Amino acid sequence: MSLERFINQAISSWMSAEGPDSDIVLSSRIRLARNIKQFKFPTLFSNEEAEAIIEKIKARVEHSSFSKLGEMELLLMDSLQPLQKRVLMEKHLISPHLAENSTHGACLLSENEEVSIMINEEDHIRIQCLFPGFQLSEALNMANEIDDWLEEEADYAFDEGIGFLTSCPTNVGTGLRASVMMHLPGLVLTHQMNRIIPAINQLGLVVRGIYGEGSEALGNIFQVSNQITLGKSEEDIAEDLKSVVSQLISQERSARQALAKTSNIQLEDRVFRSYGVLSNSRIIESKEAAQCLSDVRLGIDMQYIKNISKNILNELMILTQPGFLQQYAGGPLRPHERDIRRASLIRERLKMEDQELGG
Amino acid sequence: MICQECNQRPATLHFTKVVNGEKAEFHLCEKCAQEKGEMFMLGSGSGFSINNLLAGLLNIQPAFQGSGQDPFQQEKVLQCEQCSLTFQQFIKVGRFGCASCYETFKDQLTPILRRLHSGNSSHSGKIPARIGGTIHLRRNMDVLKNQLKEMISKEEFERAAELRDEIRKLEKQLNADQKGGE
Repeated sequence: MSLERFINQAISSWMSAEGPDSDIVLSSRIRLARNIKQFKFPTLFSNEEAEAIIEKIKARVEHSSFSKLGEMELLLMDSLQPLQKRVLMEKHLISPHLAENSTHGACLLSENEEVSIMINEEDHIRIQCLFPGFQLSEALNMANEIDDWLEEEADYAFDEGIGFLTSCPTNVGTGLRASVMMHLPGLVLTHQMNRIIPAINQLGLVVRGIYGEGSEALGNIFQVSNQITLGKSEEDIAEDLKSVVSQLISQERSARQALAKTSNIQLEDRVFRSYGVLSNSRIIESKEAAQCLSDVRLGIDMQYIKNISKNILNELMILTQPGFLQQYAGGPLRPHERDIRRASLIRERLKMEDQELGG
Repeated sequence: MICQECNQRPATLHFTKVVNGEKAEFHLCEKCAQEKGEMFMLGSGSGFSINNLLAGLLNIQPAFQGSGQDPFQQEKVLQCEQCSLTFQQFIKVGRFGCASCYETFKDQLTPILRRLHSGNSSHSGKIPARIGGTIHLRRNMDVLKNQLKEMISKEEFERAAELRDEIRKLEKQLNADQKGGE
């Protein structure tokens, strides 16, 4: 398969660099956790119950499709190959838990992949809306509409006092997790993240690196999300997150300005070195690739580099993960082979940019 | 403190192990601890999860619950009638078995929810349209009643009278709904 076709098939709309504040906010995500009253939660439910839940939701989709979403595709985890599941996971369309540990897990995907409804994950239903750029309210509105539509025929487990009942008490109440993925190279380069993260934690929000393990953030990409789901309304949770994200955006912008002022040539050097590595290396590990991609994206945003499209970071962060590399290669790869494959995929992708410009 | 295993690196992991009543203290650096396989919690990658944290948080419960009771008296096992999950099992996995668990373990749960959600223990968000039933009406009424008080204190009686009429209308609707439901 040609790289171009592969990419076109692999790209979801949330990865495009269109959307408000998309120079810093890569994507906005809303997740609602819901359970159906008459069934036991997924930790204890029987196979029959699990199947009945899938049937129920399938019937809902078949009887009256939700017009805004178009055709929804139902994917059963039991009938997918491990690699296919891995790819869906790397695109953030399903959770690791659904891919690996669920009993009769399933997922309803909208055509543009902005909406995915996970079935039999930790809760019976998890509605996820993933939008490009900074669009938390838009994502929340969409999630709410889907929620209302599902509720028309499903009796949710709901308690007047403590709200939507979820498998884990950390989600009870609204069942809402709102999160925003941000590219913050300016704050990392100016060593401000270590100061900012604890401050944000005090506001009941969590910041973590989305790629990479532990506190390390590969590619300077961070995820900010709410921790508290009980006692605040959905709108308040989204507003609180939005105001913190807005502050982070303006701090990141001023950090970039300061960098341009104080160390312009050093920054330009860094950007072009990374560009050189990406366009020439024959073996590249994910960590180095992530760092270089972050530098190049920063270079594009700060207009050192003018002939590369912005979504290169979003795209290549996804496409250079192990699952995608193996899918592109058409078979399993050892870690060393993946590093070679990754390097060649990045080189080809950068070449595509040149051709587009020439043609 | 230096790691007692390699005597080179500083010890970063300190713990006490009790086996058959015998106490042993360990002071290890991260590397030796990993080699010795004593990294029970920080294990390779996936060991330290929200589950463990939650279980730790929940475990605080029984300590003060049991005080003052005869330790030899068989305690009644708290168990959900719907899904037969016991409270002990819940503490272990950190997940409930069904919606009724919330009712069964209500007394134990409230302090836990407060701890998890920075002091909050009641829902103030979305109410499902269909099964929410009269909750909507009652919430609206609470809001209106508060506004009424405010208007009265501000001596804006015209607005207050309007609010009073709205509240009466809601009350009627609520009564009708309740009768219909029974």
